[in-house]
Amino acid sequence: MDKKKLSFKDIMINYGVIIIVVLLVIYTGITSKNFLSVNNLTNILMNMSSRLVIALGIAGCIITAGCDLSAGRMIGLGGCIAGTLLQKMDYSQKFFPNMKPMNIFLALLIVMLVCALFGAVTGFFIAYLNVPPFISTMAMMEIVYGINMIYTNATPLGGYVSSYTGIASGRFLGISYLIWIALLVAVITWFIFNMTRHGKYMYAIGGNPQAAEVAGVPVKKTLIIIYAKAAAMYGLAGFMLGAKAGGASVQLGYGYEMEAIAACTIGGVSVSGGRGKVSSAIIGVAVFEILKAALQFLGVNSNAQWIALGIIIFVAISLDIRKYVARK
Amino acid sequence: MAEFKLEMKGVCKSFPGVKALDNVQLALRPGTVHALMGENGAGKSTLMKCLFGIYKMDAGEIYLDGQKVTISNPDEAMKYGIAMVHQELQPIPARSVAENLYEGRFPLKSFGPIKVVDHKKMYEDTAYWLKEVKMDFDPKAMLGDLSIGQMQSVEIAKAVSHQAKVVIFDEPTSSLSDNEVEALFRIMNDLRDKGVAMVYISHKMDEIKRIADDITIMRDGTYVGTWSADELSTDDIIAKMVGRTLTNVYPERKNKPGEVVMEVKHMTSISDKSFQDVSFNLRKGEILGFGGLVGAQRTEVLEGVFGIRALKSGEVYVKGKKVTIKHPADAMKAGIGLITEDRRGNGIFGCLSIKDNVGVSTYNKYLKGGFVLDHKSIGNVVDESIKKLRIKTPNMKEHIANLSGGNQQKVIIARWLANDPDILIMDEPTRGIDVGAKHEIYEIMNDLAAQGKSIIMVSSEMAELLGMSDRVYVMCDGKMRGEIKDKEDMTQAKVMSYATQF
Repeated sequence: MDKKKLSFKDIMINYGVIIIVVLLVIYTGITSKNFLSVNNLTNILMNMSSRLVIALGIAGCIITAGCDLSAGRMIGLGGCIAGTLLQKMDYSQKFFPNMKPMNIFLALLIVMLVCALFGAVTGFFIAYLNVPPFISTMAMMEIVYGINMIYTNATPLGGYVSSYTGIASGRFLGISYLIWIALLVAVITWFIFNMTRHGKYMYAIGGNPQAAEVAGVPVKKTLIIIYAKAAAMYGLAGFMLGAKAGGASVQLGYGYEMEAIAACTIGGVSVSGGRGKVSSAIIGVAVFEILKAALQFLGVNSNAQWIALGIIIFVAISLDIRKYVARK
Repeated sequence: MAEFKLEMKGVCKSFPGVKALDNVQLALRPGTVHALMGENGAGKSTLMKCLFGIYKMDAGEIYLDGQKVTISNPDEAMKYGIAMVHQELQPIPARSVAENLYEGRFPLKSFGPIKVVDHKKMYEDTAYWLKEVKMDFDPKAMLGDLSIGQMQSVEIAKAVSHQAKVVIFDEPTSSLSDNEVEALFRIMNDLRDKGVAMVYISHKMDEIKRIADDITIMRDGTYVGTWSADELSTDDIIAKMVGRTLTNVYPERKNKPGEVVMEVKHMTSISDKSFQDVSFNLRKGEILGFGGLVGAQRTEVLEGVFGIRALKSGEVYVKGKKVTIKHPADAMKAGIGLITEDRRGNGIFGCLSIKDNVGVSTYNKYLKGGFVLDHKSIGNVVDESIKKLRIKTPNMKEHIANLSGGNQQKVIIARWLANDPDILIMDEPTRGIDVGAKHEIYEIMNDLAAQGKSIIMVSSEMAELLGMSDRVYVMCDGKMRGEIKDKEDMTQAKVMSYATQF
């Protein structure tokens, strides 16, 4: 047997997408000067930060063989709630004209709690009433959107206090707070996935829900916590995106759930459940954002970029699936 | 014309960690019924799945009428005139009998320029083929509404309608009533007269003696030999299947059962079709057998005890105290563990490591500060159980899916032992496990009993049930039919007499 060829094949199956992206980065770096500049790389990291928080939330759902379509709308809700609570007193279109801007940590806490509550409701339907995750999160997506429309009257928000927008512009050790937040979330998520009972239960449920039940795993409770926790993270992501943009509308985050699911699967979180790490989500998000930036620098038609992203998803998932089904 | 309708030669097939078939052969004469026999896990079904193109052979050749053929999927097998009757294999319960019969080859007619399914012809033809196999139900009936025996007749009708020259029957009678078995044998005799070569897989000796012309015996994935059916007595067959004399298969017990540790009283399922008013007790250090036919609801009762199945009524007492069990976690708190029958379905976590597979039931025990896991202690427990139960693996990070069935079962046993239960329910603990590993599992069970743990064992293997148990309960049709207390009374005849009290 030709061993060399085999190992080349293995490498392509395992790291194919990453190799493609690295080649793309090298090519773009050579052809366009500014691509590898500190400025641009920081920019990519900034874009990655909120996407990573979303992807880490959704990864938990996917590991249990579920998904979460409500992520995008939850982000919108989180961004809008934060916006209404953190506007300047002298802003002419202030949402609550007489309310003093809130402490930003308190506002963040409210955002995350509200989202977590909705997530818990989704989880309840999935765990106790056996509604498939695809359907129940889709239902919650519609509900959250409607609630957000009613809450904001569909008007865009702006005029944020400087302490809120400072989260995006402020730096610690030369690195934006947004990136620090994403790192912190990644570390906490890694800790939950690997070091806690909850994390192990999550993998067990994804691996074989019937066996988990028999092994005494509180499957229902665990599922509710997973969806509530994920929703709280979407709220945080909405809060971060609002800070970065200096405003928010009900359309904030629209479609991000699909990107997050795609990023997770590109990185190796298996949609059939039980497999996936924090590093998978990081790799997936990085591949996605780097690809977007590189194509932009190469002057690829912005509409054609969508096609490229779609192709990457096809390739990545086909390769990933090969690792597990090639056995037969 | 070749002497044999079909020949398989030198067939090898491996799965990760197991050599399922090692140089196996099979030769079918036309117009005969060829019994393929062997213990569970001997490789009979694997061989047939290779023939039918469901599995790909690692090595081996198939000759049909002396011509070498390759079969890479069931579709090709059927084109060669090979059909398989297997209750789990093909039916689509939500569609009609006729559609199931003609799936993939619907009769067509022209509807203007397009071809559409000719329903009238399909129903008529189906009625014809059903009559051929002496059945007369409505071709439009939903397949799922039929009994298992009727469904099997549909499968047979399908094989006949294919004009199949080779028909494989994979344990067709395991869930049939006596009348249905008679009907099946009539059809088989008809097919024999038409020159069809049949493979018949069954564990029921009396059936083999009645229907088989030739017998091929397999053991642990190897070929033992082929004989004419009248050459072998039932005892010969068993001896060749097992490959050893039946003494000493079951290791000797050292302890005597003590006081009652668990009592189950008047347990009734929420479903009318399941178990009714079942009571039993379990003693300390006892191995308690649960016997009965497939479908006697033994698994269901014990899953009811464990909190997986909903109950209408019933009480469980552990060490004299009444316990309420609504979820497996409650059962675990009461000191009960359950090793399920369907290892793949609700036992192992295939994509997780041995460590995670063992650890999952211990996480409540090894927590630091309420939610952080004590990985070091868990690792120690897992390491220890790998050594103690002699689980064959390079290390505890290995995925459980890469282990053989016997080692997977040991991992599941380790999972429960890590939780230190007083009572361990083992549902078909040696199903699909090779002989060597079986013996090890028996030894583990005896050790546990000697340590004062109590074991409930459900087993459909009569020899195992009688060989391992201190006491046996026999169920039939959801009801407790008998208790056999004395070792001397434990005979196959006695168990069967209780097990068939419908």
